[in-house]
Amino acid sequence: MQMSGAQMVIEALIAEGVDTIFGYPGGAIMNVYDEIYKQNKFKHILNRHEQASVHAAEGYAKASGKVGVALITSGPGFTNAVTGLADAYMDSIPLVVISGQVPMSLIGTDAFQEIDAVGISRSCTKHNYLVTDAKDLPRVLKEAFYIAASGRPGPVHVDIPKDVTAQIEEFNYDIEINLETYKPNVKGNTRQIKKAVEAIAKARRPLFYLGGGIINSNAAYEVRELVHKTGIPAVETFMARGTLAHDDKLLISMLGMHGSYAANMAMSETDLVIGLGARFDDRVTGKLSEFAKNAGVIHVDIDPASISKLVNADFPIVGDIKNVVLEMLGLSELIDSNKYKSWRDTINNFDALHPLTFHEDSQRLKPQWVIQRVGELLGDSANISTDVGQHQMWAAQFYPFTRPRQWISSGGLGTMGFGFPAALGVKAASPEKISINFTGDGSILMNCQELMTAVEQKLPVINIILNNNFLGMVRQWQTLFYDKRHSQTDLSVQPDFVKLSEAFGGLGYRVHTKEEFDAALKDAVEKNVVAFIEVIVERFENVMPMVPSGGSLFNMMLLEKKEKK
Amino acid sequence: MTETSERRVISVIVVNEASVLSRITDLFSGRGYNITSLTVAPIPESRYSRLTIVTSGSVRVIEQITKQLHKLIPVLRVYEHADLVEKEMALIKFPLSENLSDISTLCAAYNGKIVNVGENVIIAMVADEPQRIENFLRVIKKYNPKEIVRSGAVALER
Repeated sequence: MQMSGAQMVIEALIAEGVDTIFGYPGGAIMNVYDEIYKQNKFKHILNRHEQASVHAAEGYAKASGKVGVALITSGPGFTNAVTGLADAYMDSIPLVVISGQVPMSLIGTDAFQEIDAVGISRSCTKHNYLVTDAKDLPRVLKEAFYIAASGRPGPVHVDIPKDVTAQIEEFNYDIEINLETYKPNVKGNTRQIKKAVEAIAKARRPLFYLGGGIINSNAAYEVRELVHKTGIPAVETFMARGTLAHDDKLLISMLGMHGSYAANMAMSETDLVIGLGARFDDRVTGKLSEFAKNAGVIHVDIDPASISKLVNADFPIVGDIKNVVLEMLGLSELIDSNKYKSWRDTINNFDALHPLTFHEDSQRLKPQWVIQRVGELLGDSANISTDVGQHQMWAAQFYPFTRPRQWISSGGLGTMGFGFPAALGVKAASPEKISINFTGDGSILMNCQELMTAVEQKLPVINIILNNNFLGMVRQWQTLFYDKRHSQTDLSVQPDFVKLSEAFGGLGYRVHTKEEFDAALKDAVEKNVVAFIEVIVERFENVMPMVPSGGSLFNMMLLEKKEKK
Repeated sequence: MTETSERRVISVIVVNEASVLSRITDLFSGRGYNITSLTVAPIPESRYSRLTIVTSGSVRVIEQITKQLHKLIPVLRVYEHADLVEKEMALIKFPLSENLSDISTLCAAYNGKIVNVGENVIIAMVADEPQRIENFLRVIKKYNPKEIVRSGAVALER
């Protein structure tokens, strides 16, 4: 069928089963927006900044497991979106981001709103395309969706010059994808899997090291089964939160820089690390030469480049986590779960010695209490997004996660301003769940214009602003490592967050006490309108425990023990 | 790190399409890998090109380079050569006033000859293993070469 390049974009999105896209129009993408106006097969959510569009698409992708789509214009539209691309690249989130480009005849002339978009996105996407002929569009779009979602997922950027979106060509989407150079290996090597299971059976103190790849592979329930069948304790990375339920006896906690004492000690004492979809990030390992020093390493990952990148793998297995775990389950009778009882006891003793906790304060609310309280009140009924900083670590530590895809946070890139737009995407993907965004007084200002999107699109995200009048995480480092020189982190001068939300038509609450907080949250949930709940919290609270940057996991700064009254 | 850095030759077969070369070089610069030399030309009667990259790094770095290269979508194959035939070409411009028979004899010893004669200068060509090219270039210094162009290495597995 003959149609314009712009129509092809619409038809391809429909064929891919896309129901929601996020975007912002502009000159070079106008032909496509004209076709969006004419169709009603999918919904377009207008954000108020292109960065927010990409983060919203990320939130949508993470909550739904589908490919997120964002549509933006050339030049500044594209450069605004780059942070989102980089964020999705670091956290392996499947996205297709389509940008307009100046007409072919103007490329390279420094035309109005021209920038070398594919040149910029090359290093922060899984792949990218500059489409120079509408004949290529069906193939390129089909490949883009395939590449984004397959293998190790990631963002794919498609840049389309304006004249290409106007060009009339034949559209046929019923084509086979034939990428001779891209064939991700999804089935793990059976012999290698057997060897790994035999190593597990021999180990005395094995430890599951669960990573975000499990969530991407939709393998959390298979992993739960494997953990329960083997009786081997597990630590989760930040990205893997929700793989095991918070009350699972075999879940120790999160490990790493702000991991629990027990999780980090277990990793230091284990004799066999069973890494599933984790990438041994520096925030996890601390000092590499001391990391799991006496342990063998099984590393299952779909990305061969992740294996033995930082920590040498004795049993490398390239494959999709779900396939490999299913094969491991088939061999699990080789493993005697009773064997690890004393190892489990050791870990429980670690936990009893320094549990993950905090001290209550009579003066101001503790931020950790707020997280815990939301967990008590909403628990499984909420999806949890965050921005970046102290509140993010507290949310990862203290929220009682019950399921995969409940936890949506910027891990790899650590993007302030991610949370609110991501939570919009989460709400669009799963409207039946309450969408909470834990944020700080620093982060929330980085995308607060999304109040307008939330009000207009009736996406009732509840933003819980843990306000300590500080750029808290940087302040914490300054306190600990820069002799308390709090350079440019004191945020005493702030907007009135209540009025700010109200100015856009949202709800605003400022709370100082537990009672006020409960009432505000209840009210916001009932009213079902976007809300800012500003919680005035202790200013100088630190995230603990903490492994100082470059330190060993077993050398943690710990929460000071409080004297019993 | 105590890991020692060693010279390696890596061949990369890529789809011959727009911007594929910058994908490769961006990967090297973005991840802090070295490129000593890089040559690229289309493979006859195919839609592919072959790159020969001379690089250096520890065993771990070389392994990462090959894996990261392979992750690029247009990359078909990556060969990290152990046993190979390697050749490089060099063009050298000498003043006509130098001892041409010496130069000619030396060139012959390195699979080369004088390939162009101008009014004031001659151009000589040699083609040999990169290490031998180094030797040659050291030896001919005393004939006051005005300009030297090296092609970078090309290699084939034995």
